[in-house]
Amino acid sequence: MSRRVAIVPAYNEEESIGRVVDELRAFDEGLEVLVVDDGSTDGTAEIARARGARVVSLPFNLGIGGAVQTGFRYAWEHDFDVAVRVDGDGQHAPAELDAVLAPVLSGEADVVVGSRFIGGDGYRSSRSRRVGIRLLALSVSALTRQRITDPTSGFQAANRKGIRLFAADYPHDYPEAEAAVMVAKHALRLCEVPVAMRARETGQSSITAVRSVYYMVKVVLAIFVALFRRKVVPLQ
Amino acid sequence: MTPVRVSVAAAIASVLLLLVVFELIRSRRLRERYALLWLLTGAVLLVLSVWRGGLNTIAGWFGISGYPPAILFAVGILFILLVLLHYSTVISRLSDQSTILAQRLALLEQRFGEQRDEHRGG
Repeated sequence: MSRRVAIVPAYNEEESIGRVVDELRAFDEGLEVLVVDDGSTDGTAEIARARGARVVSLPFNLGIGGAVQTGFRYAWEHDFDVAVRVDGDGQHAPAELDAVLAPVLSGEADVVVGSRFIGGDGYRSSRSRRVGIRLLALSVSALTRQRITDPTSGFQAANRKGIRLFAADYPHDYPEAEAAVMVAKHALRLCEVPVAMRARETGQSSITAVRSVYYMVKVVLAIFVALFRRKVVPLQ
Repeated sequence: MTPVRVSVAAAIASVLLLLVVFELIRSRRLRERYALLWLLTGAVLLVLSVWRGGLNTIAGWFGISGYPPAILFAVGILFILLVLLHYSTVISRLSDQSTILAQRLALLEQRFGEQRDEHRGG
């Protein structure tokens, strides 16, 4: 039986974190739930601990990339075979975990990403955001030389190789697209599976209208630079 | 030729800069790698203020005849840009390092808390 851990990055998510932890634990008793409390100032860490999750509390807010990397470092140091990232705001449904984990467990892929845009339509967002995601998808597809439909999805699973890569280096601010390019660059097998995502239960998306242009420019720059980076770890 | 008063004022300012840098090094508020940079800057400024025909001579090498101090501004701005770029790299490295420290600390705290609980329980 492979050892599995769910990495749940959470920043001030006290309203949703309890339910996310409960659902994950109900989904699969063998799945360890690790909440990475990214410098929260509310009761996120206490609630997660009370619901039976392991909690790693960062001393200050690192942002999503730094928090997720902390989780992968934990997974690497504690010898987990498979790690899956599930966001603490409740938009990644535990019911979809089987789909996201399957290609990793069967050995077909090193890193799996749950995509909202293959077949299913479990997610509605503004037109401009969909256009932005489409453009980003085209760039990432070209750079990874495979079809990527949802380069902003944070619903990611990784095997030991993927865990090692993400523990050593995980991009910072808006990490998902760059992570996909990194995975391809290190010759790991990346695949997407269709998932439905829920609307956020609480709080706001971190991406507002004004920021989205900045986001696009920054991410496109980041993924092109990622192509020219040296490899961070010898994986083979 | 630089007017004498300007020359004297500039020389005093340069010496003050050198003294401040020296004091910062002495009190260990400035690392050696930066100390050398600022000592060199102070020295160059001191030479330029004392050598009154210097600016004209140097501007002449570059073919600037209309307004010799332009060479000072050009070199100064370039120098400041390079220093700022260097600081950006330093800040990036420091924030990467503080990220790693925060992650290690958080993981160690978690491990420590777990072992403490085990001891209490057992």
